[in-house]
Amino acid sequence: MAERTTRRGGKSFSVTRLPGFAPIAVVVFLVLYAPIATLVGYSFNASESVSQWGGFSLHWYGVALQNGEVTDAAITSMIVAGFAAVISTLVATMAALGTTRRGHVPGQTVIYAMINQPLMVPEIVTAVALLIFFAMVKQATGYTGLGYLILAHSAFCIPFAYLPIRARLEGMDLSLETAAADLYASPWQTFRRVTLPLLMPAIFAGAMLAFVISLDDVVITEFIKSPGQDTLPTFMMGQLRRSMKPDVNAISTLLLGVTLVMLSAFFLLSRKRD
Amino acid sequence: MSSNEDRARAANTRTAWALSTPALALLALAAIGPLLIVLVYSFLTPGAHGNVEWAFSLEGWTGIVATKDIFDDTWGLADANISIFWRSVKLSLLTTVITFAVGFPTAWFIATRPPKARAMWLFLITIPFWTNVLIRTFAINQVIRNEGILNAILLKFGLIDAPLQITYTNTAVLIGMVYVYLPLMVLPLFAVIDRFDMRLLEAGYDLYASRMQILRRVILPITKPGIIAGSILVFVPCLGAYVTPRILGGGKLMMIGNFIELQFGQGRNWPLGAALSMTLLVVVTIALLFYVRTLNGDRKDG
Amino acid sequence: MKKYLIATALLLSSTTLAAAEGELFLYNWGNYTSPEMIKKFEDQYGVKVTITDFDSNDTALAKIEAGAHGFDLAVPSAGFVGIYAEKGLIQELDLARLPNHANIAPEWMNVAWDEGRKWSVPWQWGSTGVSVNTKVYTGDINTSAIFMDPPEELKGKINVIPEMGDVLALATMYEGGEVCSEDPAVMKKVRDALLAAKPSWMAMDYSTVEKMSNNDYAATVDWNGSSMRARLGNADVAYGYPKEGFGLWMDNVVLLKDAKNVDNAYLFMDFIMQPENAAALSAFARYANGIAGSDAFMPEDMKTAPEIVTPAEFADKGHFVLACSGKALEYQTAIWTELQK
Repeated sequence: MAERTTRRGGKSFSVTRLPGFAPIAVVVFLVLYAPIATLVGYSFNASESVSQWGGFSLHWYGVALQNGEVTDAAITSMIVAGFAAVISTLVATMAALGTTRRGHVPGQTVIYAMINQPLMVPEIVTAVALLIFFAMVKQATGYTGLGYLILAHSAFCIPFAYLPIRARLEGMDLSLETAAADLYASPWQTFRRVTLPLLMPAIFAGAMLAFVISLDDVVITEFIKSPGQDTLPTFMMGQLRRSMKPDVNAISTLLLGVTLVMLSAFFLLSRKRD
Repeated sequence: MSSNEDRARAANTRTAWALSTPALALLALAAIGPLLIVLVYSFLTPGAHGNVEWAFSLEGWTGIVATKDIFDDTWGLADANISIFWRSVKLSLLTTVITFAVGFPTAWFIATRPPKARAMWLFLITIPFWTNVLIRTFAINQVIRNEGILNAILLKFGLIDAPLQITYTNTAVLIGMVYVYLPLMVLPLFAVIDRFDMRLLEAGYDLYASRMQILRRVILPITKPGIIAGSILVFVPCLGAYVTPRILGGGKLMMIGNFIELQFGQGRNWPLGAALSMTLLVVVTIALLFYVRTLNGDRKDG
Repeated sequence: MKKYLIATALLLSSTTLAAAEGELFLYNWGNYTSPEMIKKFEDQYGVKVTITDFDSNDTALAKIEAGAHGFDLAVPSAGFVGIYAEKGLIQELDLARLPNHANIAPEWMNVAWDEGRKWSVPWQWGSTGVSVNTKVYTGDINTSAIFMDPPEELKGKINVIPEMGDVLALATMYEGGEVCSEDPAVMKKVRDALLAAKPSWMAMDYSTVEKMSNNDYAATVDWNGSSMRARLGNADVAYGYPKEGFGLWMDNVVLLKDAKNVDNAYLFMDFIMQPENAAALSAFARYANGIAGSDAFMPEDMKTAPEIVTPAEFADKGHFVLACSGKALEYQTAIWTELQK
């Protein structure tokens, strides 16, 4: 957004600035990163404790990387979350386009309630239902791959992707699309060239949410995972009674590090391109 | 003329349903459909070691409002269930209000950055959430514990004399819930503010509106869809939250999520758990539709 | 997109599809299996072991009962072995294929849940008692009064593990009843005593090792191995054996009915009953293992640990906590709910 200013009382001021908003945002960012900083710090802890400092060491990185269970769990988490985010965002975008800005559509309340259903039921309930249902499917088909986890995650991520996209679509300016249609653009061209670019930030936000929600899931995954399909959260949940080992801190820090490097590369490249 | 309109409307309806079908199919397969199993289970008898016996019983449903006193076999109101439900609603409401209070300025801040930087800020707000909820919750615990950095900082600056006992209090749960659910508020708000036409603000200021008036009369009404989306995404999952209250609250006080989990776990009363969750589903769905209707009362489409 | 998804999913599943030879699927509590011991087994027999974690007996039972789980071996607690057998989820063991079966210590051979060890072999066992920071409280720690009737010094710094069966067993024995009591008079006393004690508790949480080590808690209901690990981090921590009665538990390996890698499963069960390997398990999990002759291979710090070697004076105070059912379970759930409402 180009900085918009207006003249008022002879002084120039920014209209987008609202008093107190920027400081609040800065504090929010600091607070969000405080626990992450602790996590990163303690991943270099020499002692087995996650709260007592025993000196700097890369010990837990070695442990984590040698422990096939932890690395496998991290990889499984990423694969499932990646697929779930893509699939749920895709179908949620379609549903949002279908259900928004159409005036009254018979049955729209039903669609709306169905799409939001995964929000309303505690995880454990879906987990038990899926356990029984998928066990039947597994028995019938013999297939035991990651498909079940991806399917379940895609389903419960839908409302998280749908709601932001719908919110942006609601009341989005129709004039550009009408103009495009007046210029004999096909509905697909209109969508591709006008609606989609306008919608992109929301699709991006929705996909991020879906990804994060999938990464967080414990209970549903715990109930439907097949052998060797532990994700990081279920791996940690299993340890809960025996207390956490710091190698999960190390693997989380590694994941954060990889993410940051990829993002920086992405932003540097996109900056160079212009 | 009217038949044309009818035809357009029918086409519109077809498109709406066609575009929603993939999402609905996925949900029917992996979320809503299997719930029928749970519905059936709510009418069965609990098995001795969890699971169910295939014998019809309504005790799962009666157990929601009434409990038989285990000692004198008299029936009474299930006050435990009610106080657990009420605690969950209260905490979820508080969490929603606080995430909105801090999330709106944050979303506004991100959406008013230069376009190139916006994506980076969005990433920055979600990166902490790339670590899973258990790790994050443990890390929060690390920060707020008596010997944690929060108390260390406060002591150092002389703001307090003795460490604050935050862990295992309701405050700790609230802090944790706000932290965990913040992106669910910020991202939908961002998606709406980002498309907001800042020229409206200019117009407002040109008419000598104060900042407060601009916020109330211009910004909030236009960002309403985002506020609705964000508060649903925070409030509803909060109701069923399980991990955060258990770890940060020290597990002394149950929320609905923990209570239902207990029935499917150590409590071995699946029908009661099933009936409880069906009730929760119905109550929340009705509340949600009512909420959306009320807020959209001034508009035709839902 | 869909095609790519299915292709990838199939690819990802290739390990489970190719389960014909050289694999073993173990379903166990998290952070409970010694990686070194697994490595040794894999090298010795050329079998790839895949460990999958569970976090509670109830979850594990629900998953195995649902079927198509894909596991060969599971490690349920003592009370659950009978339930698995009753529901037809496990196979009777062919003892001829387990030469090391004879290594099971005599006291663990004819156990209440499996007479003659025909259905399960020992994994680890331990006790449920209390851990106390002896710097904070110097009185008698061999009592459940530590959390049921706490001394002034400990009030507000006590943790109770959120394990319904274990906690109610300790509380019931403290009030003079038996584990899984169905006596309403006793259970009423138990409920009232727990409700009266709860305001003195700080938390109901599992992370006792961490928080006893760093002084966040001054006392907790605890498992003996956890207590030992806490002591290694904080020398002030001591383990108490409640004289009113403390809990005993054992986790056991069972062979699941629909196991696909039965031969490897037998190899593995036999392998862990070799004293040296049983000791390796104990060295990792920090509990005793029930295999005769494993003492010789145990780490020094465990041979004499007061948490692992139950002192003679308390030997007859331990009672097995098996899964309660019927009226006893009804009492427990009601009390547990009321405690946390």
